[in-house]
Amino acid sequence: MSEQVTSTRQQYTPPPPELGPGQTSHTSITDKITSIVLTPHTPIQWFIVVFIGLSLVGLLQVSIAYLLYEGIGIWGLNVPIGWGFAIIHFVWWIGIGHAGTLISAILLLFRQKWRTSINRSAEAMTIFAVMCAGMFPLIHTGRPWLAAYWLFPYPNSMGVWPQFRSPLIWDVFAVSTYFTVSLVFWFLGMVPDLASFRDRAQNRVAKVVYGILAMGWRGSAVHWERYEMTSLMLAGLATPLVLSVHSVISLDFAVSILPGWHTTIFPPYFVAGAIYAGFAMVLILVIPLRKLYGLQDFITLRHLENMGKVMLTAGLIVAYGYFMEQFIAWYSANEYEVYMMQNRMFGPYGSFYWALVLCNIIIPQLLWSKRVRRNTVWLMIISIVISVGMWLERFVIVVTSLHADFMPSSWDMFYPTFWDWATYAGTIGFFLLAFFLFVRGMPLIAAHEVRTLLPFGKKGK
Amino acid sequence: MNETESDTYGLMAEFETPEDLLEAAKRTYGKGYRTLDAFSPLPIHGLAAAIGFHGTNLPILTFILALVGAIVGYGMQYWIHVIDFPLNIGGRPLHSGPMFIPVTFEMTILFAAVGTVVAMMIRNGLPMPYHPVFNVAKFERASQDGFFLCIESADPLFDVEGTTSFLQDLNPVEVSTVEW
Repeated sequence: MSEQVTSTRQQYTPPPPELGPGQTSHTSITDKITSIVLTPHTPIQWFIVVFIGLSLVGLLQVSIAYLLYEGIGIWGLNVPIGWGFAIIHFVWWIGIGHAGTLISAILLLFRQKWRTSINRSAEAMTIFAVMCAGMFPLIHTGRPWLAAYWLFPYPNSMGVWPQFRSPLIWDVFAVSTYFTVSLVFWFLGMVPDLASFRDRAQNRVAKVVYGILAMGWRGSAVHWERYEMTSLMLAGLATPLVLSVHSVISLDFAVSILPGWHTTIFPPYFVAGAIYAGFAMVLILVIPLRKLYGLQDFITLRHLENMGKVMLTAGLIVAYGYFMEQFIAWYSANEYEVYMMQNRMFGPYGSFYWALVLCNIIIPQLLWSKRVRRNTVWLMIISIVISVGMWLERFVIVVTSLHADFMPSSWDMFYPTFWDWATYAGTIGFFLLAFFLFVRGMPLIAAHEVRTLLPFGKKGK
Repeated sequence: MNETESDTYGLMAEFETPEDLLEAAKRTYGKGYRTLDAFSPLPIHGLAAAIGFHGTNLPILTFILALVGAIVGYGMQYWIHVIDFPLNIGGRPLHSGPMFIPVTFEMTILFAAVGTVVAMMIRNGLPMPYHPVFNVAKFERASQDGFFLCIESADPLFDVEGTTSFLQDLNPVEVSTVEW
């Protein structure tokens, strides 16, 4: 027995510095993470963000109410451009969500231990981004109560079923499965940390609420064994799932025969774009948060640098996708494809295309520099630029492909209206509000996973 | 069992570090105790095995659930498009196998993921709002920075004096009685 213990000890060498110097014990980790929530003190910045979020949610409610009253005529849609901001923002938001699953599932399978201090907030970002994304397909018909029967296979009074050969139905299944699995994964990960909250809460109401959410978790060794196995299974399932979701979304476009959409590069290039946009959003959220709550010991410069590297890689894959679209348009020698590409670059929306190249390809090359990757201000600026760039990418794909298709007599321009922008701004508000409520009330960092980073056997009390 | 033993759920020892707990768990199991449990704020590899839990068969269940999800997903589409409401759309075959794959895949993942989590909770007996170990005042450290080993009174070798002195020999921070 004792030899086994010794050999277990010898396997443990001090891990690379995933944590800052301030976090040396189980006690300090627990104290820091619970102190963000279990305190009567709320930073003023939190109130400012929540106020902005609430205001924009108000705008969202007005926009949706007016949409339901008036119909989709309030948006800038017209006959060639029947899919405007709704699809652009659906794809934009769902892409942002993908980074959370990538961090929590794919990096878990690759044993990237640095993910433990950012996975929880990234998963929360996934949940809220998918909620924002989901709003658009729900409202995009303007009459959502009439659309349910072709979205979900339920026995309805007309006796008809959805068309399962349509990518739009694949989308419904992909996104709803993705949301469900992400939600379960996220909540499951929080249970041991909610138990810490339950055990530390002084306030009676907080104790009861966290007690209910923690489901009586007591950290039994047998429970941990099954829990860890479940996490591993979920990671293994979520990994192909996340790749499938954006692939399926890209098929909404790629399965059609429209020039600019009908291309096999779309699934991998959409997935890379999703990771790109998602990591940018994670950085936009965690850079201010680590400063606001003093989390520099958990989310170290190494974390930010690693995320910068992931963005750089994903960005190069995206750039390859743009290049390949160009190449195939030329190589196909199809006059519609060639025209579409010329029109995309030099037509009325040309400035959008070049802005996209600037935002998504040129500026992110700064990330090659280690100095930039370790500078929070630069990272923040580049992340915002990438978020704008990814928005432009979806705009360019949707609008330039639709606005000038096979028949010149039906060509038209797309001009978003106030309500288009208001709905978009409203979802950003919802996202900010939901995320900051999460930060205030739930464990922002996976404490039980961060504890495993400590060298086995060096618990300074 | 005498009067005092049935009054307690068991005896609990607190340890300073994860390896103290792991070593204590191994020695306790080696001594012949079988009805025991260890509690920690983080997963400790080998701890469950040390108290006699030899792996979980959840992965097999995940695989079975995935198969069920795949069959349900594909079967649903086949039933809808071939049996219940055949529709000829552009001369496509009613049984469009490749077009049924994405939904089949998503249903596979959904069944396997949700089913595994539900099975894990059932096997772990969660949610469980009340458990005797919570009666130990210091047990609130078990979700923060404390490491505990509990020998239950249901164990055939359990007797209050003997087990207490055995636990004291394991070099714990403290040994306490767990009330029902």
